[in-house]
Amino acid sequence: MYLTKISCQDSESNLINMKKVHYRNQFSRVFSISAVIFLLFSLSLFAQEEGVSGGDAVKGKQLFNQNCAACHALDRKMTGPALAKVTARLAEDEGLDKEWLYSWIKNSPGMISSGDAYANKVYAEFNQAAMTAFPTLSNEDIDHILAYTDAEPATPVPAASGASGEVVSQGGTGGISNEVILGALALVFGLLVVMLLLVNKTLQRIAVANGVELVEEKAKRLPLWKAFVKNQFLVLVSVILLLLSGAYFAYGYFMQVGVDQGYAPIQPIHFSHKIHAGDNKIECKYCHSSARVSKTSGIPSLNVCMNCHKSIYEYKGNPEGPSKDDLANGYTNEFYTAQIKELYKAVGWDEDNQKYTGESKPVKWVRVHNLPDFAYFNHSQHVTVAGVECQTCHGPIEEMEIVEQFSPLTMGWCINCHRETNVKVEGNDYYAKIHEELSKKYGVEKLTAAQMGGLECGKCHY
Amino acid sequence: MASNKKYWKNEAELNPNDSIVETLKQNEFVQEIPVDEFLGDKETLSETSTNRRDFLKYVGFSTAAASLAACEGPVIKSIPYVVQPENIVPGVANYYATTIADGFDFASILVKTREGRPIKIENNNEARVAGSGNARVQASVLSLYDSKRLQGPVTNGEPTEWSTLDAAVKAKLGSLKNSGKQIALLTQTYASPSTTRLISEFKAVFGNVNHVTYDAVSEDAALSAFEAKYGERALADYDFSKANVIVSFGADILGDWQGGGYDAGYSKGRVPKNGKMSKHVQFEANMSLAGANADKRVPLTPSQQMIALAKLYAKLNGTSAGGELPENVEKAIESTAQLIRKDMSGSVVVSGIDDVNVQTVVLAINEMLGSKAFDAKSPRYTRQGNSAALSELISSMKSGSVGALIMDGVNPMYTLPNAADFKDGLGNVDLSVVFSTNWNETTEVTQYTAASNHYLESWGDAQLKKGHYSLMQPTITELFDTRQFQAALLNWMGSDKSYYDFIKETWSASVLAGSDWGRALQAGVFVPADAISEITSDEGDPVISIVTTTDKEVGVEGLEGEEEVASVSIAAAVQSLASANMAGMELQLYTKTGMGDGQQAGNPWLQEFPDPITRVSWDNYVTVSKADAAKLGFVNENVANGGLDGSYAKLTVNGVSVNNVPVIIQPGQAAGSVGLSFGYGKKVGLKSEMQTGVNAYPLYQDLKNVQSVTIEKAAGNHEFACVQLHNTLMGRGDIIKETTLEIFNTKDHAEWNHVPQVSLDHNEVPATSVDLWDSFDRSIGHHFNLSIDLNACTGCGACVIACHAENNVPVVGKEEVRKSRDMHWLRIDRYYSSEETFEEDNIKKEEFDGLSGDKGSLGGFGELEHPTANPQVAFQPVMCQHCNHAPCETVCPVAATSHSRQGQNHMAYNRCVGTRYCANNCPYKVRRFNWFLYNNNDEFDYHMNNDLGKMVVNPDVNVRSRGVMEKCSMCIQMTQKSILDAKRDGRPVKDDEFQTACSAACSSGAMVFGDVNDHESEVSKLKESDRMYHLLEHVGTKPNVFYHVKVRNTNEA
Repeated sequence: MYLTKISCQDSESNLINMKKVHYRNQFSRVFSISAVIFLLFSLSLFAQEEGVSGGDAVKGKQLFNQNCAACHALDRKMTGPALAKVTARLAEDEGLDKEWLYSWIKNSPGMISSGDAYANKVYAEFNQAAMTAFPTLSNEDIDHILAYTDAEPATPVPAASGASGEVVSQGGTGGISNEVILGALALVFGLLVVMLLLVNKTLQRIAVANGVELVEEKAKRLPLWKAFVKNQFLVLVSVILLLLSGAYFAYGYFMQVGVDQGYAPIQPIHFSHKIHAGDNKIECKYCHSSARVSKTSGIPSLNVCMNCHKSIYEYKGNPEGPSKDDLANGYTNEFYTAQIKELYKAVGWDEDNQKYTGESKPVKWVRVHNLPDFAYFNHSQHVTVAGVECQTCHGPIEEMEIVEQFSPLTMGWCINCHRETNVKVEGNDYYAKIHEELSKKYGVEKLTAAQMGGLECGKCHY
Repeated sequence: MASNKKYWKNEAELNPNDSIVETLKQNEFVQEIPVDEFLGDKETLSETSTNRRDFLKYVGFSTAAASLAACEGPVIKSIPYVVQPENIVPGVANYYATTIADGFDFASILVKTREGRPIKIENNNEARVAGSGNARVQASVLSLYDSKRLQGPVTNGEPTEWSTLDAAVKAKLGSLKNSGKQIALLTQTYASPSTTRLISEFKAVFGNVNHVTYDAVSEDAALSAFEAKYGERALADYDFSKANVIVSFGADILGDWQGGGYDAGYSKGRVPKNGKMSKHVQFEANMSLAGANADKRVPLTPSQQMIALAKLYAKLNGTSAGGELPENVEKAIESTAQLIRKDMSGSVVVSGIDDVNVQTVVLAINEMLGSKAFDAKSPRYTRQGNSAALSELISSMKSGSVGALIMDGVNPMYTLPNAADFKDGLGNVDLSVVFSTNWNETTEVTQYTAASNHYLESWGDAQLKKGHYSLMQPTITELFDTRQFQAALLNWMGSDKSYYDFIKETWSASVLAGSDWGRALQAGVFVPADAISEITSDEGDPVISIVTTTDKEVGVEGLEGEEEVASVSIAAAVQSLASANMAGMELQLYTKTGMGDGQQAGNPWLQEFPDPITRVSWDNYVTVSKADAAKLGFVNENVANGGLDGSYAKLTVNGVSVNNVPVIIQPGQAAGSVGLSFGYGKKVGLKSEMQTGVNAYPLYQDLKNVQSVTIEKAAGNHEFACVQLHNTLMGRGDIIKETTLEIFNTKDHAEWNHVPQVSLDHNEVPATSVDLWDSFDRSIGHHFNLSIDLNACTGCGACVIACHAENNVPVVGKEEVRKSRDMHWLRIDRYYSSEETFEEDNIKKEEFDGLSGDKGSLGGFGELEHPTANPQVAFQPVMCQHCNHAPCETVCPVAATSHSRQGQNHMAYNRCVGTRYCANNCPYKVRRFNWFLYNNNDEFDYHMNNDLGKMVVNPDVNVRSRGVMEKCSMCIQMTQKSILDAKRDGRPVKDDEFQTACSAACSSGAMVFGDVNDHESEVSKLKESDRMYHLLEHVGTKPNVFYHVKVRNTNEA
C-alpha cells in the first residue's frame, strides 16, 4: 500500500517543484509568469521527446511514477539503477536494444534465470534484489516511460528561482517589520520624554533668568499614600485582597508544578509531524504501530523510518510552499534534507551504495509525554478498544512542527474524560453481557467509562 | 515562696574542694561528645573557615535550590531500537518454552520476557512430566541477573580471552591424546540426549576420556538398586495420584526426594472425591513437607526406619524379620500392612534412605504389590551421579594418571565431603578447567575458569523421563562473555558446528521421528507418538489396569519360585535392614525447599524465603527433638526485641566437626536423631549478606545422608530471622478448619464446617448473615475470588517466590526479617498441634473451666502454646483476603486503599502517607510497610540496587518507595491484562485466563482463581462446595479469598 502512496507523492512533488514560487502577496503576478514559463517549457519538452523515443513523455512520466519511482530515480542510484538516458546508455555501453529492455521489464526474473549476461550483472550489482516483473506493461507503455527517462532532466526554471529568491527577501522584511516598528515607536517616545524634560528645564531657566517666581504649590492636603495608610479599613481590605490574590496565584503556581502542558523539547533530529501526519497524511499508527496492541505507543524504530526514507532522500517542499513562519525558523528544504541525512547517519545507511553499513547510532529522543511511574496507562485500551482518536489527547499533532504536550495529563483530566466518555460497546462481545446488565441497573442506554468502574483507584494505580 | 533549700546531687558535693564536682560543674556532658565520629576529625574541623552562620547559609541556599529544582521535571530520554526485532512489541510480553536442568532441578517451564529480558518463570502446562517449577525454579530467573556472575573466562585468577583459553586447552588435549593419561569430565547430571551424544563423540576424538557424573546430593543407592534390578541406571517413577495408600520411609516425596516434582500427582489424590482420598503414612526422622502433610506420621530414626521397612516387607511377604522397635511403631507397621493388603495395587512404598538394601527392598515391595503408582518401565533420568566412579576419579587424580579435568555444573570443593583430597588430586592434574557461572570454591583452585551461560542463555535438551523429551532454548543473548560447556566442547573437538545444530541433528536422528522441530521447540516438550498412545491407554481404561495388576500379582508369586537368586538377595537385604543399628545420635542430612543443594545461594529471593516447616529464613540449623534438646541443654527463646534466639551446637562425624551450628528445636523430630540441611555456608563469590548458615557437606561422608554424629552444646546464642513465632493454633479451630474423612463422609457439613453464630434480635444466626454495612452490588461484571484448598496445599512455597517475582516485592535482609519487617505479600502459615491432633486442642480449649486447676485456662493456655513431640501440621497460605467489608479501608485517613466492584481491594501507593492504621486494623495481618527505600539503596545490597538485578523487575507493577504500605493486589495487573486482551479481541474472557501469580505457580491445584460471576468458572463451583469457609468468618469481613476445610484420612485398617 505504501509503495503506491510514495509514487503518488512523488508525482505530486514534481508539480510542487514548479509551483513553489507561489507567494501570497504576489500570487497573481508570479502565477501568470510561471504559468507561461511552465507552458513554454513543457511544450519544448514535448517537442524534444517526440523525436527521441517515439513515446509520450507526459504519459511516460505518469507511468514511471506509478510503476518505477519506488525503486528508480532518473539521476541517482536507488534500489535499482538510475534511469536517465537508459536506452542510450544500454545501446552505447552494452550494445543492447529496446527489445532487450522490453523483455527485461516484462520478465526480469526470467531473463536472470535464462542466463542473460547483462541481466545477471545488474542483478548481482544491486544486491540480488530482483526487479518486479511488469507483464501488464505493453511495449507502447514502455516506450512512453523510456521517452520520459530519455528526456533532458528538468533544470530549475530561472524565473522560478528568481521568484523564490524574491520571496525569501520579502519574507525577511515581513519578519523584521514588527520589531522595527516597535523599536522605532519606543525611540520616538523616549525622544519625546527627553525633549519634554529639556523644554521644562529650559523654561525654568528662562523663568529664573527673568525673575519670575515660581510658586511652589505645597499641598495642604495629606498626600494620598498617607491618607491611605491612615484609613485602617482600606488597609485591611487591601491586605486581605492582596493575601487572597497572592494565595490564588500561589495555588495556581503550585498546581502547575509537574504539569508540563506545552512542553516542546528540542529533539536530536528535527522530525516534523506536520509534514508526515499533516501534509502527507500518514496514518499515526503506521509508525506508532504498538499503540494498537501495547501499553506504549512506541517511538518508531529507525527501520520504520527507512521503509519510506530509503527512497525519499530529500525534501521537496509542501504544496503551499514554505510559509513565512517556516522560513523564519529556517525550515528550508535544505534544512529538512539535512535532517534526512541525520537519519541516514543514525541508522547507518550508505546512500551512495544503497547499503546499510552496520554502524548505527540509536537516536536519543526526548520524551514529550511523561506519565509518572505510579500511573498505569495503556494505549491499546484507548486506541483499539475505545477507538479514541490520537488527537483527543495529543492535540492537533498533524499541525505541529515541533510536538508539544497538548493535554495537562493530570489525574483530573483523565477522570473528566472517563466521566464524560461513553464506552464503545457496539460490536464488542466482551461488553455484551455487562452492558445489558449495567444499562438495566442504571436505566441508560449509553454507559460512561466511570459507570464501568473506570474511576476506581486500582484501575490505574498498581 | 522562694526557698533556700539546696538540693544535693551527690554526697561528694559536701566537700567544696572536690575536684570531680568542680569538673562536672564545668562540663555539661560527662563524656565528650564524639563530634569527630559524625562530623570529621577535630583538626579539620578547627581548620575550616566555615562558621555557623556560613553553614546555615549553605543549608538555606541548598534547600531553596533543591526545592526550586524539584519544580522542574527531569528530561527523560527515550531510545527506540534501530532495527526492531520482528517479534518484540515494546510493552507486550513474549513467552518462550524452555527447560531448567541445572543438575538438581529439572522442569519444563515457560519464561516470560519483556523487551527481551526474562522476568518470570511460569509453569508449562503442555508438559506431562515436571511441568511445574518449585520455589528454586521460580527464583532461578534472578540468578541470571546476579551481579556476582563471571563476566568472562579466567586463568589462575586473572581475566583472559576465550581464544587464549581455547588454545591452551586444545594444545593440552592434543598432547594427551596418546599419552596414556586420561581426560576426565566431571559433570552434573544432564539427562540430555545431545550432551550424551556429544560426550561420546568427544570420547571418539580423544580416546582416553572418562566421564563421571556427580550429583552434589547423591541418589546413588536408589540408582544402583534400580540398575541391579532393571539393568538401567535410572530412578523409578511414581504417580501418586494413582495411589490410595502411600507409605514412605524417610522419603520427602513433596520435597527434593529423587529429584522432586511429585507434589502435583500427590495433591490430586489428596482431595476427597466421591468420599475417597489417599492415605499417607510417613515414617521419618526430620519433619519434612511430606511428613507434615501425612495422615499418620511416625517419628523414627533412620536405622529404626530400616527395621520398620524390613518388618513391613516381612509382613507383606508372610515371613518375619527381626529387630527391635517400640510397641507403638510395631502397631503402626501392622496397621499399615493391613491397609496395604486391602488394596495391594493401589498402594506404594517409597524410601529416601541412602542404602542399596533399602532401595532394593522398596523396589521389591512395589513389584510385589503390582503398584499402579510405581513405574519402572519409563524411569526418570534426573539423577545420574555415581559415587564409586567419583571416588575412583579422585584416587586416580591423586596418583597422577589424570591429564586433564574438565568440570561443568559442579562445585566439588564446596560439595565434596573430602574436598581436601580433591584439592590434592587437582594438584597432580596437568590441566583443569571448570565451567561455572559464578566464582566459587572450585574456580579458586582450578587453572582455567570458563565463564558459563545461565540456562536461560543456553541451548539444550533433556529427557527427564523415558520418552519424555524437552528442549532448552535461550531467552536472552549472553549477558557477558560466556560460553556454555557443550559449545566449548564442540570447539575443542575441532567441530565448527553450533550446539544448536548439534541438538537439531540429534533430535531429527533419534527423537523426532519425523515430527516437526519447530513445533517441539515452541511447546518445549515432545513425546513421541507411540509413547503418547501408551500413556493414554494407561490412563484410559481402569478395567484393563485392574486385570493387568491381578496378572502381575500372580506373576510375582511365580517369579519368586523362578528367580530364587533374586529373592535370596532380597532376603539378605531384608536381613541386613532388620539388623540395622547405629551408635549414638543419627544425623539425617536433607535439602531445604528454599536452597536445595546450594547452587543458588547467591539468590536473595531464596535466602529470604522462609522454610515451610521452621519458618526460618537466611539460615540453616540443626533440628533437634524436644527431648534431646532438654537432655543436651539446647534452648530456643523469643527475646524481648521480638526475635527468635537459639543455642549453638557442635556436630562431629568421624572426627570432622562443624562448629557453631544454630539449633532449632523441631517438633516431630524423632528422638535420637538430628537434621541438618545442605546448601548453606558458602563463602566464596557471594555478597557478604548471602554468606549465611553452615556448610553441611563435610559431614556428608561417603555421600550417605545418614551419619552417626556426636552433638554437643557450644557457647553463645544465635539470632534467627524467623517469621512465625507463634507455632500453635491454641484451639482456635476456626482458623484452620479440619475434619476427618469419616466425619466428612457421614455427617452434614454444618457439623464439620460450622459457621460461627451471633445473636441478632435474641436469635442465634450465622455470623455471615449479619451485616453492619450496606452491601455493594457485585453481581455485574467480574468478581474475583481465590480458592485455597488446604487439602491440596503441600506448603511448597512456589507461590511465595512467584509472587515475589511478579510484584517486585523487595528483599529486606536478615536483620529486617528478624524485626518482622519481611515484605512477603503471601505467607504460608504453618501450625503445629499442641495435643496429638488439632481436634484435641479444640476440645481442650472448650473444656477449660475456671482459671486454675486441672482444666484451668491459666495453665491450659500456656500448655497450648507449645507443640507436642509429634504434632499434626497444617499449612495455610495467607495473603490479603480482599474483604468486601474491609476494615483497612474504613480507617485510612487519605482513602489510599479502596474497594473495587471486581472484588479487589485496591492500594494506591502514591496516595498512601504511611500512617499504618490499615495494618493495625487488618485482622489477617497481611499488610506490609516499607520501612526503608529498598531500591537503589546500597544498605540493601540484594538485587534492586544494581542495574543488572533491576532487569528482573516487572515493568507493569510499581516499585514502592519508603513510607508506603503495600499488600497483595490479587495481581490486578494480570486480571486487567486478561480483560484487555478479551476486549481487544471482542470476546468474553475465558475462565482459565484469569490467574494470579500464586495460582499460576501452584502445581498442586490448591489455588484456583477466577470470576465467581461467571457461573461456569471453576472457582464459582468451588465456592459452592461444602468445604468452603472464610478465614475468621465471625469478624464479618466477607473476604474474597476462601479456604476449603482440611480433611484428614485417619481411617485405620
